Amino acid sequence: MNRNRIGFAALLVMILAGAAIASAEDVEITYWQYFYESKVNLMNDLIAKFEAQNPGIKVEQVTFPYESYQQKVAASIPAGEGPDIANLFYGWMPLWVKSGWIQPLPQSEFSSDWFRKNFYLFVAESVNFDGKNYSVPTAVRTLALIWNKKLFREAGLDPDSPPATLDQLLAYSKKLSKYDAQGNLIQAGLLMQPSGQGHSYIREVLVRQFGGVPYSADARKVSYASPAGIAGFKWYTDRITQDKVGYPNFATDDVTAFKAQKAAMNIDGSFRIATLNAVKDLEWAAAELPSHNGVKSNYASFWTNGIVDGVKGKKLEASIKFLKFLSSPEVQELWLQKIGELPATPSLSEKYKNDPVISVFLKGLASAHATAFVDEAGQRTLLVDAVDQVALKKADPAAVLKDAQAKEQALIDAFWK
Amino acid sequence: MTLANKRAVTAYSFLVVPLIFFIGVRFGPMLYMMGMSLTDWGLLRKTLQFIGPANFEKIFADPVFVQSLKNTARYSLFGAPTVIALSLGLALMLNVIPKGKGVFRLIYVLPYITPVVAVSWVWRWMFQTPPLGVINAVLGAAGLPAMEFLNSTTQALPTILAVNVWVELGYCTTVFLAGIQTIPDEIVEAARIDGAASAQVLRKIVLPLLLPVTLFLTIIEGIQFLRIFTQVYNMSFQAMGGPLESTKSVALYIYQKAFTNFEMGIAASASLVLFGIIMAVTLLQMKFFDRKLDY
Repeated sequence: MNRNRIGFAALLVMILAGAAIASAEDVEITYWQYFYESKVNLMNDLIAKFEAQNPGIKVEQVTFPYESYQQKVAASIPAGEGPDIANLFYGWMPLWVKSGWIQPLPQSEFSSDWFRKNFYLFVAESVNFDGKNYSVPTAVRTLALIWNKKLFREAGLDPDSPPATLDQLLAYSKKLSKYDAQGNLIQAGLLMQPSGQGHSYIREVLVRQFGGVPYSADARKVSYASPAGIAGFKWYTDRITQDKVGYPNFATDDVTAFKAQKAAMNIDGSFRIATLNAVKDLEWAAAELPSHNGVKSNYASFWTNGIVDGVKGKKLEASIKFLKFLSSPEVQELWLQKIGELPATPSLSEKYKNDPVISVFLKGLASAHATAFVDEAGQRTLLVDAVDQVALKKADPAAVLKDAQAKEQALIDAFWK
Repeated sequence: MTLANKRAVTAYSFLVVPLIFFIGVRFGPMLYMMGMSLTDWGLLRKTLQFIGPANFEKIFADPVFVQSLKNTARYSLFGAPTVIALSLGLALMLNVIPKGKGVFRLIYVLPYITPVVAVSWVWRWMFQTPPLGVINAVLGAAGLPAMEFLNSTTQALPTILAVNVWVELGYCTTVFLAGIQTIPDEIVEAARIDGAASAQVLRKIVLPLLLPVTLFLTIIEGIQFLRIFTQVYNMSFQAMGGPLESTKSVALYIYQKAFTNFEMGIAASASLVLFGIIMAVTLLQMKFFDRKLDY
């Protein structure tokens, strides 16, 4: 008994001493992201690599389920319990930056020139607020038209030639829609899911293809309810109300419907590649978004890493090193290989020009716009509700879009006031 | 110390523990919330300012909040009476059947003991539009037109309401049945000897004697439907309380303000409004039902 106690005390002393020595030399930083298995696994590998390159720095990864991630971050950082580095959606950044919880990155390491030289322009613009840069991504995402080859064959269409223009998209989606004896849609030709990527497809693709501009250059004025923008919006809602090729929440949501092979075509993001590849018996392919009037457009988005306010001294130095590492070409390539998200540095994509899936999403980057959200959830809801107004209440698309524009303008004005 | 005193001390010391717990996790946060409803507290805001009743003005000017109030009123006005009436009927019938009482009771109580999230999702799938939903498949097979259910601004709320009625039914039936069984047989027999018909026994004896149980259930169910959240959160698409806010309850509004918009001050004032409503409704029900009973 006594010996045991002595042994235990000795062990305790050793542990404490060991911890003291370690803390004198090592600096530990914490990295938070949401749980997505392939990302978490890759991050563990990356951390091991980083720690080997930088002795004395330890990185701890903490993850939360996607559904509660933003809440956890928002509750923890102000309480002083948060991470040193947080992985956040770019559309959330304005709020975080404005409230002062994310600190600007040092000009010496992350200058605007460095961003413009190494990253896509929309990245350089999106991370910059009042001349300062606040975060740096590893990867970016774009949209593409994805289709189910088996359902194409069933409808007598060539499974290897997807529609290239909006007019073709319309014709294809009509051919690919199936109805039961009572006229209920049982196979969607084209999925219409504004709450998924649909609201971005309307905002940044359709509005522009019909000759409109969704926002002013400084992103402070909403302008999608122009006659051209309304035409773009109406193209979308007409598919629901007139042609009935799909409707919001068909078979729960677009991803479920496409995975269950109840839908022939969808507009979805590059982040879905791994999910769709994992579905057995699903033969799918991706194509560039159909053009209209010769105009190509796309929506780009990204998750980005920022350093939390209050991190300083050795931890700040270590965090800066880790951010540099996460945005390095080496990590970007691994990210593409393991996760499927596109490199944020344009030159790195050269190698993948011939990859049948990745090249499609890469091409989208050439015409991509990243919406300058101030309240991503609020702005999304406005367009989701606008489509619902037309789809469920037979409201006039023009009036509905004008109303959404006025409400979105009020959100933006309230944010910047 | 006398034995009685000792006993009292023991009882008090046991009672103190839950009291501390109650003050810590119930009353404390509640008082804090009342204070916060008068501030501009935001999760991400670094400053905190006293702004008086501005939050209340803001929420009552917000059409979404007003809509959620109306929806909540619908949930409770239609939900609670339906549950009470149906479960009373079921309990009365269960009371007279000679065999299988236990089996029926078990069947009725099953939904209540199943996790609400699971119940919500199973029903959500059954209410799907074609080609997926079971209910629409049955309608289709019978040659009837498909229903929109959760996809419609007019049908979504009644659909969620119906599921919640189904869930609450088991609990209320069980409580009513227990209440009926406590009614002394002598009273019923005496009435019958005096020539009372079944309807009279029901109206003059059973229902009045069930009044305390009915009061209890009306209050519990009233509160249950006024603070409805989980069903709406899980059955409406993307947990938004849609389509077009048609199913959003006040509780869901509070949740979204607090955890999507991080506007804790606004959420606190909306919570206080809901608290006030539940309090007022409960007091009214107690005043209405709580009459002195005379056997």
